[in-house]
Amino acid sequence: MRLFDQAKYPLIRMRHRAYGFSAALILAGIGWMIFNIVSIGSWQEYGVDFTGGSLIQVRFQQTATAAQLRAALGGSQAPPITRFGEENEFTIRAPLAGDDVETVRVGIQDQLQTAFGNDAFTILRTETVSPKVGEELERNALLAILYSFVLTLIYIAFRFELRFGLAAVIATAHDILITLGFLAIFRVEIALPTVAAILTIVGYSLNDTIVVFDRVRENLHAKGGRREDPKELINRSINETLPRTVLTSGTTLAVLGALLVVGGAVIRDFTMVLILGVAVGTYSSIFVASPALLEIQKRFGDGSANRERRKKRGAKATA
Amino acid sequence: MFNSIRGRIIVILVLVGVSIGYLWNSGIKLGLDLQGGMHLALEVDDPESLMTPEATADAIDRIERILRTRIDAFGVEEPLVQKAGLYRLIVELPGIGLGDESRAKNLIQQAAFLEFKLVLSVTEFESALARIDRQIVGVLGVDSLRAFGRDTEGPNQDIQDLIFGGETADSSLADSTGVDEGAEAEDQSNNLRPFTSLLSSGDIEGAYLVATEDVEVATLFLALPEVQRALPRNVSVHWEADLLGLGQRTYRRLMVTEEDAFVTGDLLEDATAQRDPQFNQAQVNFQFNRAGGRRFSDFTTRHIGDFIAIVLDDEIVSAPVVQDRIGAQGVINMGNADMTEAADLALVLRAGALPAPLAIVEERTVGPSLGQDSVDRGQIAGLIGMVGVVLIMILYYRGAGVLAVMALGVYAVLVLGGLSAFNAVLTLPGIAGLILSVGMAVDANVLIFERIREELILGRATRTAVDEGFAHALSAIVDANITTLITALILFQFGTGPVKGFAVTLSIGIAASFFSALYVTRTFYLIYLSGKKASDPISI
Repeated sequence: MRLFDQAKYPLIRMRHRAYGFSAALILAGIGWMIFNIVSIGSWQEYGVDFTGGSLIQVRFQQTATAAQLRAALGGSQAPPITRFGEENEFTIRAPLAGDDVETVRVGIQDQLQTAFGNDAFTILRTETVSPKVGEELERNALLAILYSFVLTLIYIAFRFELRFGLAAVIATAHDILITLGFLAIFRVEIALPTVAAILTIVGYSLNDTIVVFDRVRENLHAKGGRREDPKELINRSINETLPRTVLTSGTTLAVLGALLVVGGAVIRDFTMVLILGVAVGTYSSIFVASPALLEIQKRFGDGSANRERRKKRGAKATA
Repeated sequence: MFNSIRGRIIVILVLVGVSIGYLWNSGIKLGLDLQGGMHLALEVDDPESLMTPEATADAIDRIERILRTRIDAFGVEEPLVQKAGLYRLIVELPGIGLGDESRAKNLIQQAAFLEFKLVLSVTEFESALARIDRQIVGVLGVDSLRAFGRDTEGPNQDIQDLIFGGETADSSLADSTGVDEGAEAEDQSNNLRPFTSLLSSGDIEGAYLVATEDVEVATLFLALPEVQRALPRNVSVHWEADLLGLGQRTYRRLMVTEEDAFVTGDLLEDATAQRDPQFNQAQVNFQFNRAGGRRFSDFTTRHIGDFIAIVLDDEIVSAPVVQDRIGAQGVINMGNADMTEAADLALVLRAGALPAPLAIVEERTVGPSLGQDSVDRGQIAGLIGMVGVVLIMILYYRGAGVLAVMALGVYAVLVLGGLSAFNAVLTLPGIAGLILSVGMAVDANVLIFERIREELILGRATRTAVDEGFAHALSAIVDANITTLITALILFQFGTGPVKGFAVTLSIGIAASFFSALYVTRTFYLIYLSGKKASDPISI
């Protein structure tokens, strides 16, 4: 059995449609981020890891509803309450009142105890983060993405050529933008693991792109590669690696799917971001990274002019 | 020897053996999110940035040592005290659940500054009372004092009366001086006794009694800088920690002491918790070092019959009378406290006082049940994912798929052994990283197999096709793995806690997948091909 055996799809010719599709996704995401800024005051739904504050996860012995909890915690003044996975599990997000996060949390605990009794619930998890730590986290996450861009750009420029590096970074930025857009649209809470997931997407997307680029490089170095129409060469390279791209994405998605279904609530957002990232990363390695390589080549040349010059200079030096 | 089939098998068996050995001996350390426990990030509490960065960094260094001593004695298995950067400490206490967290935090945050001060007679303080009252009225104003009165209304007495000196005082003063309206108002404010009215004369010389419900207000008054300045020279006041029951009401003693301590806790050599055999109460025995003992005995010789206040973090834990010259040893009576409290106090005294107060900037506590739940779910997900991958590989690649699955088995053992050998901590995102790296491990195999198929289609002989397949797939595998490794290392550098765990797991996973695809799968292929002729067909 072999999927996409001897595939010869005109994938590169479809690139303009892909640009439109990507642009639409990115614009929708950015639009939604702006909408979020207007409606909830922040472009993403940040969790306590970023904003600072307290989070309490409780599990009730008996069935309880969010409305019951809300009533117990002061009705309309109650902090945000979200059902978390199981029927009887909830997270309560306590905002910061002054500096003392501890007091807020103990207060909530007491209120729940008076309303439901001591043994009616167990507290599974509490988190308390000061805003200062949250700010640091955000800065570190941005720095991490930036550094990974710079370092991979250098590595790829060194192992391949600069334009491959640029194209890979463009594709990866594209993936991150689309993922952030989805997060904004579905208001997925941005927490510490979400950041790890986004950075993993950076790794995965690069991984995928590099396999295609590796084939481009190989075909380029093969006999007659430099003379072949770059459009044809890149298209051939994508098609040749298509079986691998599909199979690897398939197995990875199968594993992540298992994690999504049985992994539990704590890890659900994390897994969802990864699944999204793998899907987008696969798409972008075919429809964004390779076309980007072609566009860069069309505008700035493929570096052969430089090579010629260098060769000439070298010849002169030996002469 | 690494290239002969036998050499290769030996290398693989040794690595697998070592991995299993590590797993058998030390297992895999689970992160706090999986086994339950408390994670704290602490900083020096200095909101107004009064300390220089150097002083803060130095304080953190000293606090790290002190906390390590305190926590080692706390009795948690494998606690962690670690600096994160120059100004932050991370403390991890596995197994500390949601019941013990306040005790643990108290143990960490308690300054444990112990002082021994001479108790003075209240007469030393009396002269300052009028001045203190005036200052309070001056600073807070009559209106806010009234507001206070309403806020803290006590059950037995009208607090407003208490603060404003009561009716009798008011009327008598108005009688003696009341001339015109303005003067009367001024007199009223002059003769308010917000602080003095809270005090009753104490049961021992040197102590006032303050009703428990008034303690909060009195503390607030005393904290005013103006009041602090109004205190007589070399005199300070301290609350006693324990309550005192007198008839229907409870009180706390406010004791007048010398401002300067004659001995402090830094001269302590040892402290142990004990049960007082006579009254069956918890107590802490302490012992001074040579210098402290000399100072203590000199002082007590001169002050037989006087009271000494043992002040811990500004509160008096006990105030014994000096019966006789006391040498290097002494006792703190803990009153009604239980033995755990006494043991904790002895512990923090032994470890020493914190040079600066600590603020908790981050706290995460996970109950053990949630952690176990996550482990179980992760295992099931991992198992299902593995089965899925195995099925896909065998269905798609047949014989070669079986080889890849065997290599994947070796990969799994190596990753787990690697986690154990590097002492990596497995966190929840780490499990996800592990499962993700299974996908990546498959990728390397897929790259190789696809390449072999291509070579076979080009009409090469089986053995050449296999060799070419491995050779050509190498560059893609190397570059793809290294770029992923770069992001993993950056995550490690910038991440904290669970994210760091994820980065470590991912890195080990990448290294293992690299080895398993290029070396292990290759070896299995060599074994598979060894019985065949160069041109025999293979199952791929």
